[in-house]
Amino acid sequence: MSERLARPPPPPRLLQSAGFRFALLFMAIFSVAAGLLVAVLWWATAGAIDRQTVAAIRADTLALMDRHRDAGPLGLIESIEDRMAQDAEAVTIYLLMDRDGRKLAGNLDHWPEGIAGDGTWFRTELHHDGATSEARLHRRDLPGGLSLLVGRDESERTQLDIVMAEGMAWSLGAILLLGGVGASLVRKALQRRMAPAMLTAQGIAAGDLARRVPVSLRHDEFDQLGATMNAMLERIEALMSGVRSVSDAIAHDLRTPIARARGKLEEALDAARSEEGLRAAVEEGIADLDNISRVFQALLRIAEAEAGARRAAFAPLDLSAVLSDAADFYEAMAEARDQHLETDLPDRLDLVGDRDLLLQAVANLLDNAIKFTPPGGKVRLSARRDGRVAEIAVEDSGPGLPQADKDRALDRFFRADASRNAPGSGLGLSLVRAVTQLHGGEVWLEDAQPGAEPPGLRVSLRVPLP
Amino acid sequence: MRILLVEDDVEVARFVKKGLQEAGHTVEHAPNGREGLFLAASEAFDMLVLDRMLPGGVDGVRLVETLRGQGNRTPVLFLSALSAVDERVKGLKAGGDDYLVKPFAFAELLARVEALGRRPSSEAPVTKLRVADLELDLLSRTVTRSGKRIDVQPREFRLLEHLMRHAGQVVTRTMLLEKVWDYHFDPQTNVIDVHVSRLRQKLDKGFDKPLIHTVRNAGYMIRAEA
Repeated sequence: MSERLARPPPPPRLLQSAGFRFALLFMAIFSVAAGLLVAVLWWATAGAIDRQTVAAIRADTLALMDRHRDAGPLGLIESIEDRMAQDAEAVTIYLLMDRDGRKLAGNLDHWPEGIAGDGTWFRTELHHDGATSEARLHRRDLPGGLSLLVGRDESERTQLDIVMAEGMAWSLGAILLLGGVGASLVRKALQRRMAPAMLTAQGIAAGDLARRVPVSLRHDEFDQLGATMNAMLERIEALMSGVRSVSDAIAHDLRTPIARARGKLEEALDAARSEEGLRAAVEEGIADLDNISRVFQALLRIAEAEAGARRAAFAPLDLSAVLSDAADFYEAMAEARDQHLETDLPDRLDLVGDRDLLLQAVANLLDNAIKFTPPGGKVRLSARRDGRVAEIAVEDSGPGLPQADKDRALDRFFRADASRNAPGSGLGLSLVRAVTQLHGGEVWLEDAQPGAEPPGLRVSLRVPLP
Repeated sequence: MRILLVEDDVEVARFVKKGLQEAGHTVEHAPNGREGLFLAASEAFDMLVLDRMLPGGVDGVRLVETLRGQGNRTPVLFLSALSAVDERVKGLKAGGDDYLVKPFAFAELLARVEALGRRPSSEAPVTKLRVADLELDLLSRTVTRSGKRIDVQPREFRLLEHLMRHAGQVVTRTMLLEKVWDYHFDPQTNVIDVHVSRLRQKLDKGFDKPLIHTVRNAGYMIRAEA
C-alpha cells in the first residue's frame, strides 16, 4: 500500500486540470472582452462611414431634386454633369433616365437590376468606369417621368471590412494560441506549486509523519496552504507522540503493577494454607486492580485533555468558587496531617473552562503539596488576576525538588526518587499540564522560598482569561 | 426489589445478577437492548440496571429515551465503560438517574442500586431527618443530638444530610464525592474518609453509641444500632 501511495499521482488530464480550466475560463472572458472591443471599433469606423455615405447621398439627392424643380430636366442634367466632372476620385454614381428608359445623364451605362420604387435604398454590385465595385444607391422619381439614381462607390468601405475581418481573424487566432499556451503554462505552474504539498501528503499517508511541506518566501496562497498543512501536521504529530507515549507508559507502568498483582495471586494460590490467607491475597489483588484502573483512568483523562476533545465542555465559571471549594475539600486532609492550608483568592475570577478538569488539576496539586509537606508545614493556594491572565499557584513548605527533577516533573509517570514509595501514580502533574494547556495556559515549577531550607515547591498555572 | 439487568457481557451479568440476588433482590436479565426494552416496557420493575453500550440496535441511552418517552419513570442506573464526563452527562440527560463506570466494585453497584430504589416516594418535602437521637433540621440548618446542638460546617451539614437520607444504607465514598461535592474525578487520596471522620468526631463526642459506621470495602452507613 505504501508503495502505491508514495508514488506521485499522475497529473490530471488536460481538461480535468483545475489550472487549465481556470486559464480557459480566463481566456473565454478575455475573448468576450476583445470581441466587445472589436464590435465597438467596428461600429465606430465602418458604421460611421456608412452613416456618412448615406447622409452625403441624401444631401446630394435633395440638392439635385431642388435643381430639377428650379431649372427643369436640363438644369438637372447640367448639374449631374458638373458633379461628375468635379469628382476626381470617381466615387459618385449618377443615373438619370426618362420614362422610356433612356439614359439622360450619369456614369452608369444601364439601370441596375432589381431596383424597387421611389425613395428606396439599396446596395449592389456595379460595373462602371471599367471596374466592378460595391455601391450604395438611392432612387428618387421626379415629376415628368424621370428616375434619378444617386450613389456612392463603397469600395473603400469594403476594403476596410476586409482589413478588419482579417485583423479579427488573426487576433482571434493569437488569442486562442496564446490562451492555450497560457492555460497549459498556468496548469504547469499550478502543478509545480502543488507538487510539494501533494508529495508531503503522500509521504504522510505512507507513514512518514516527519515530512513537512517546503514553504517558499513568497507568502502566496500556496505558502499559506503549506504553512497551514504544516501546522496541522505538527498537531497530528504531537497527538501521535502523545498516543505513543501513552502506550509506552501503559506498557511500562501498567504492566508492572499487573505483573505484581498477578504474581501475588499466583503465589497465594500456591502457598496459602488457610482460607484466610487466600482471602487476604484476593483482597490485595482487587486493590491492585483498582489501582491499575485508577492509573488507566488518569491516563485517559490526560489523553482526553491533550487531544483537546473536551473543549466542547467549556463553560463560564467562577474560578474563585471552584478553588475555594477545592481548598475546603482538602483543608480537612491538611488538618488531619497537622498542616495549615491557607488560601488567598479574589472575590470573583471569571473564566471559561472545564470545571471538572480544573478541579482535578488543582486537587492534584493540593494532594501533592499535602502529601510531600511534613506535619506542621504550610500549604497555600492562591489565585490572582494579572491583566488578561489568571494565575493560580499552590505552594508548600516541603522539601521541594532539585532543578533536574523540576524540569522532568511534568512528564508522565515521572516520580522523584524521594517519592518512589509515596502513594500515587506519577500522573498528577502531567494531568495538571494537560489541563492547563487545554485552557491555553502554561505551568511551571519553582522554589516557594528560594534560598530557604527546605525551599518548598511552588507550582503556578497561568491561564488566559476570556 | 425487582430489578431488570440489561448487560451483554455474560460474565459481568452473571456476577451482578448473583450479587443482587444474594442481597435479596429479584433479577431478570436481558442480553441485548431489544429484549431489554421489550421486558422493561411490558413488565413492572423497581429499577433498571443498563449497560450503556448494547448490541442489537438499541443501546442503553436509546432504551431509556424510549421508556421515558412512554412515560415510564422506573429509576435507571447506567453501567458503562465510557468514562468521559460528556458520556456521563449524555447518559443522565437521556433520563438515567445514576451512572457507574466499569470496572466497578460490586459493593459500589449495590449501594447505588439501593440508594436509587429507595428514594423517597412521597413528594411532600421532608423538613426533619432523624436517626436514633440525632436530628437534622433542614429548615433551620441545625443538627442536634439528644437535644444538644452540634455545630457543623455547611459542607458537613450536606454530608450528614446525605447519609441520613440514606440511613440504614451503605453510601460509598464515590457517591459522597459525587452527591455532596459534585466532584466527578478521582481525588487519589482518602479525603472523604477525613471528612467523614471529622464529622463522626463531632457527632459522637460525649456519646457512647457511634452513629456513622464504616462498612468494610464499601463505604459508610448511618444507623441507630452498632
